[in-house]
Amino acid sequence: MVFLTTFLILFGFWIFLSGHFDLFHLFLGVFSCALVSRISGNLFFSQGRVKQAHFLQGIRFFRYLPWLLYQIVLANLHMALLVLHPKMMEKIDPHIVRFRTRLKSDLPLTTFANSITLTPGTITLLIHEGYFYVHAIDQKVADDLLTGEMEQRVAQIYQEE
Amino acid sequence: MEILAILLICAGLFFYLTGTIGLLRLPDFYARMHATGKSDTLGTLLSLIGLAMYTGLSLTSIKILFIAIFVFLTSPTATHAILRAAFDSKVPPWTKDGKPLREGKGKGI
Repeated sequence: MVFLTTFLILFGFWIFLSGHFDLFHLFLGVFSCALVSRISGNLFFSQGRVKQAHFLQGIRFFRYLPWLLYQIVLANLHMALLVLHPKMMEKIDPHIVRFRTRLKSDLPLTTFANSITLTPGTITLLIHEGYFYVHAIDQKVADDLLTGEMEQRVAQIYQEE
Repeated sequence: MEILAILLICAGLFFYLTGTIGLLRLPDFYARMHATGKSDTLGTLLSLIGLAMYTGLSLTSIKILFIAIFVFLTSPTATHAILRAAFDSKVPPWTKDGKPLREGKGKGI
């Protein structure tokens, strides 16, 4: 069942992207989609089935995206300024910051970790026993992260307390 | 429309440029990953959106937008994986005070 759903989604996407309907291209599509579904079908729907809560999470996630994009642009400009600054070596202060997180399940943790990595100046190194290890380029970006606003917003998407 | 596309592509190229300058100027492996791994995300996003605008609304531009979405998903994961590999093989981070690890004490945490 999981195999079939994954296969159908992938094959629909294949047809949409390829736009060729001759036998050769369709066969290539069937072959590669079946191979991918066989190998990674259980990654796609790890809980076995799709619940209604997932749709609500999806909607809230799209409401989170504009804020994330805004943060990325801001942080990228900060990074560009830092890199182009003549006295760069005085301004940067790279270190690893460790802080406790209250997120628990995999999906919120992944979203939060990827959001941290996407905003320039901070990269998630490791998540270990409820602690985040984040490499930050200077104290300002680390402080921005430690206000907890991003974590708050990610927690709100998945309704985690 | 074309002027907007050109502006977007130029902005994307600017972020690529800062990424490369950062790669050359920053002191160690970890800091360099900041410049290369991330400026590229915004640079790719801006230049791809610029290209999509330049072609106008068609199947090609929708495909270009899909590429942008996938870059957005895969790029931070790859950056994290490379940095994690360096951390696991104990590459020492360059710091000013010699103490790489700091405890974060924030308001919400």
